[in-house]
Amino acid sequence: MPKRIAVAAVCFAAAGLVWTACSNGVTVRAAVKAEKDRKPAPEFALKDADGKTVHLADYKGKVVLLDFWATWCAPCKVEIPWFMEFEQQLKDRGFAVVGVAMDEDGWSVVKPYLQEMKINYRILMGTEQVGAIYGGVESLPTTFLIDRQGKIASVHIGLDRGKEDFKNDIVRLLDAPRADFRDPARGLFAFLTGAR
Amino acid sequence: MKLKAELRTGYHVNSDKPADEYLIPLKLTWAKEPLQTVQIVYPKPQLEKYDFSPSPLSVFSGQFEIVTHFKAPPAIAPGPAMMTGKLRYQACNNKECLPPRTAEVTLSVDVQ
Repeated sequence: MPKRIAVAAVCFAAAGLVWTACSNGVTVRAAVKAEKDRKPAPEFALKDADGKTVHLADYKGKVVLLDFWATWCAPCKVEIPWFMEFEQQLKDRGFAVVGVAMDEDGWSVVKPYLQEMKINYRILMGTEQVGAIYGGVESLPTTFLIDRQGKIASVHIGLDRGKEDFKNDIVRLLDAPRADFRDPARGLFAFLTGAR
Repeated sequence: MKLKAELRTGYHVNSDKPADEYLIPLKLTWAKEPLQTVQIVYPKPQLEKYDFSPSPLSVFSGQFEIVTHFKAPPAIAPGPAMMTGKLRYQACNNKECLPPRTAEVTLSVDVQ
């Protein structure tokens, strides 16, 4: 005779976890911060698709768009074509896009996507540790604009900015006077020659 | 057994059969014992259009239930037993996504 099963209790932690996780989903609208308010972007060492270790310091002197994303993140995929366009248009002006993939399954899922999308900028494999030093990166996409001095000029969580907004911010950072042009001697030279 | 889930307003999880191969499906799995899982029935997904996607996505949102049909194997001893399971899900709203999570599910049963 078949046995009967009486359900005594169901403990379902999932819904609570969803709530908890979702409560972290805060959308932040931020434009480029004033220079005095910018903090240094944390240094990292991550592998690219070829296995080469890449440091943020490798991009010293450039404006960097650092994009935390994942193949499972549909909103991230809206921005990727924008970033490809920015890379193509602005790389000669000292700009670079660096994508940090946060996929748990690593390159086995990311590499096919890179090939499918023909992504023209460098993608690195993210780690929890790097996510943590960049503030946790709880939501994707999370995008940092880093100025030529290696400082974080703006942070964008989620699809909070349009393509043109992003581009304007990047161009603004590219057009900003370089730190090495603003030393006292340089200022004096400009004064003496009237080239102000 | 009905597993009831509720998502915060504005959020969704991918259904058990998302259209895009890169999206992470909702998946409930149970341990192989003490009960045997006969069938897991997911609700009918909603096809929702979001700003970030050119085509509708197959999702669950709000409140939904996942039904599992169990059977007791012949050799099982009568009395209280515990089933454990895992629910894998990945949630997004209209602008951002949260990392995939795996939630533990426990089910207390009385085999009579």
